[in-house]
Amino acid sequence: MAKITIPAKLEYLGEVIQFVTKQAASFDFEDQKIFAIELATEEAVMNIINNAYPDKSGDLEVECYEENESLVIEIRDNGIPFDLFSAEDPDITADIEERQVGGLGIFLIKKTMDHVKYRRESNSNILTLTVHK
Amino acid sequence: MRGNMELTIIEKDNIQIVSIKGRMDTFSAPLFDNKISETIDAGKSRFIVNFSKLEYISSAGLRSILLMAKKLKSSNGKVHLTELTGSVKEVFEISGFGVIFQIFETEAQALAALKEII
Repeated sequence: MAKITIPAKLEYLGEVIQFVTKQAASFDFEDQKIFAIELATEEAVMNIINNAYPDKSGDLEVECYEENESLVIEIRDNGIPFDLFSAEDPDITADIEERQVGGLGIFLIKKTMDHVKYRRESNSNILTLTVHK
Repeated sequence: MRGNMELTIIEKDNIQIVSIKGRMDTFSAPLFDNKISETIDAGKSRFIVNFSKLEYISSAGLRSILLMAKKLKSSNGKVHLTELTGSVKEVFEISGFGVIFQIFETEAQALAALKEII
């Protein structure tokens, strides 16, 4: 089990991704899974950086641990409530002009992780991402 | 190193061939936006983006590709994508970009198809 806490600011994104990929390294994942882990981490952390603290600054915490031979990545923030399952998926059939520019990040998390869970606990958003071996 | 991206643009028969190497993420995507905007603003309208050396792409990179296509569409331009492989290809498919874009196996095919237009 390992944990990192950083300010929810863009300049710390690289540090978090590096932390998570380092934790993932001991799992002997295929390249495709490493890609997905890095992708989901970038998208989840960027979502917090961009949206969780609209009026103030805050932190985010990422914890990695092993459970049932899977890597679990738990991402917490104390920002405004955000349940990613309430976010509408982008219309992936829309053509160039109609296609919305945003919304892909959350969608990619849902599509690339083996399991995604959200819960609100006291004042925290807790996103749990699971990747099977 | 995060955000490490190399971008080269070569002109061939009045078509801009853009090759991206490395990573297209939150850090490097703005670089792509700037370079492409500059090139479109300079009057170039036909593009091929070659992804053969791209190792990683996140939604920030996809957003850049989409913005490029939107910008070209509004100026009667066109972009063809080519040589998508592995996880990068998978991310494009998940995102529905296979519907939005014309994607070709090889650069030669993308070039030939683009030459037929106009």
